[in-house]
Amino acid sequence: MSIRHGLLALLERGQMYGYQLRAAFEESTGSTWPLNIGQVYTTLSRLERDGLVRPLPESEAGQRPYEITDAGRADLALWFATPVSRTDRPRDELAIKLALALTTPGVDVRSVVQAQRSATMRALQELTRLKYGSNRPEDLPWRLVLDSMVFQAEAEVRWLDHCETSLVRHQPAPPGPPAPRPGDADASDAARWADEEARR
Amino acid sequence: MSGADDAVLELRAVHRTHGSGPAAVHALRGVSLVVRPGELVAVMGPSGSGKSTLLALAGGLDRPTDGEVRVEGQPLGALDRRGLAQLRRRRIGYIFQQLNLLGSLSAVENVALPLELDGTGGRRARAAALAALAEVGLPALGDRFPDQLSGGQQQRVAIARALVGERRLVLADEPTGALDSQTGEAVLHLLRRRVDAGAAGVLVTHEARHAGWADRVVFLRDGVLVDTTAPLGSVEQLLSGSDR
Repeated sequence: MSIRHGLLALLERGQMYGYQLRAAFEESTGSTWPLNIGQVYTTLSRLERDGLVRPLPESEAGQRPYEITDAGRADLALWFATPVSRTDRPRDELAIKLALALTTPGVDVRSVVQAQRSATMRALQELTRLKYGSNRPEDLPWRLVLDSMVFQAEAEVRWLDHCETSLVRHQPAPPGPPAPRPGDADASDAARWADEEARR
Repeated sequence: MSGADDAVLELRAVHRTHGSGPAAVHALRGVSLVVRPGELVAVMGPSGSGKSTLLALAGGLDRPTDGEVRVEGQPLGALDRRGLAQLRRRRIGYIFQQLNLLGSLSAVENVALPLELDGTGGRRARAAALAALAEVGLPALGDRFPDQLSGGQQQRVAIARALVGERRLVLADEPTGALDSQTGEAVLHLLRRRVDAGAAGVLVTHEARHAGWADRVVFLRDGVLVDTTAPLGSVEQLLSGSDR
């Protein structure tokens, strides 16, 4: 997600100035995504440049509130209507790490799995504690953010369990260059040639 | 190993072997575990790692091949069948995936049953059962029979039965089984609350999300405790005396 759409969503509630936006942003994400005020102002000036927000006259206290424009509303509606693509997310370092651990001599993969599982489990305990402490009706947005992190952590532990089970059955191949996989151009070509050879 | 004076549950180098000779299955191999008041410990591990065996031993439903199990300092091995049954009724609550509610008894009668079996008078047992039902959020459904309750409500009745009276040790085996995620969470909330009020709890689960409710998560693999999420000091204590 972009800070940009976060700020647009907040401005849809009503006009706000920079510090109010920062506080509201952190409140709705349960401070899981801290923003500095510089990011808020940089984003606001880009939104203004693109015609999605407009600045209002400064207050007596010297604060300049912003309001969302019609174009901003349309952009926001489009954002809500568009599913988040999985390819937009950063690469999964853990998956890559485990894949490498499996093929790197001298690495105890089960220990890597177990160390990660304990760490993820600890994070899950921490998240659950936070959830347990947020029971007020107004905590719902925050609880849902926490739930999302809880489910992601759970998925990671399940995947680690799956890795461990697969490891038990795994027969390591002798180290060397990777074997061609079915569908690789040279492998299927070789098969085709062999086939033609047989027919002759 | 050092004793744990305030421990509600203590497993000391516990082994459990099923069968003998080459066909012997070592369900637990030298597991040591201490659970104190106010502490909820989750036990995780793949199928066949010994989770349910650990719980059965902790609750006196099974006896170790070697090692010792103590509940509130009392070695279970020193009790005869009657003494063990009494301890189980008075001090230990079980929450299973199968609810084991008696269909011919109302909710309140199901909850009161362990107290009545233990000699508590009918009126006192009923009052305690109603209090336990209120604790799980079912104050008005005491007179319904199990088949008149939803799955989530039946599970709550089973929990009330596990918590009724002065139970100090609550043992839960996959307690959220077939429940949807919200109802399952409510069950864990109840368990957590009872533990926060001073009981000790052991929760066997394969779901990390549920284990997240615990103060400590221990991992079993092939009958051995292999890891725990406890702070370092406790790891020493937890693993001392185990095979590791």
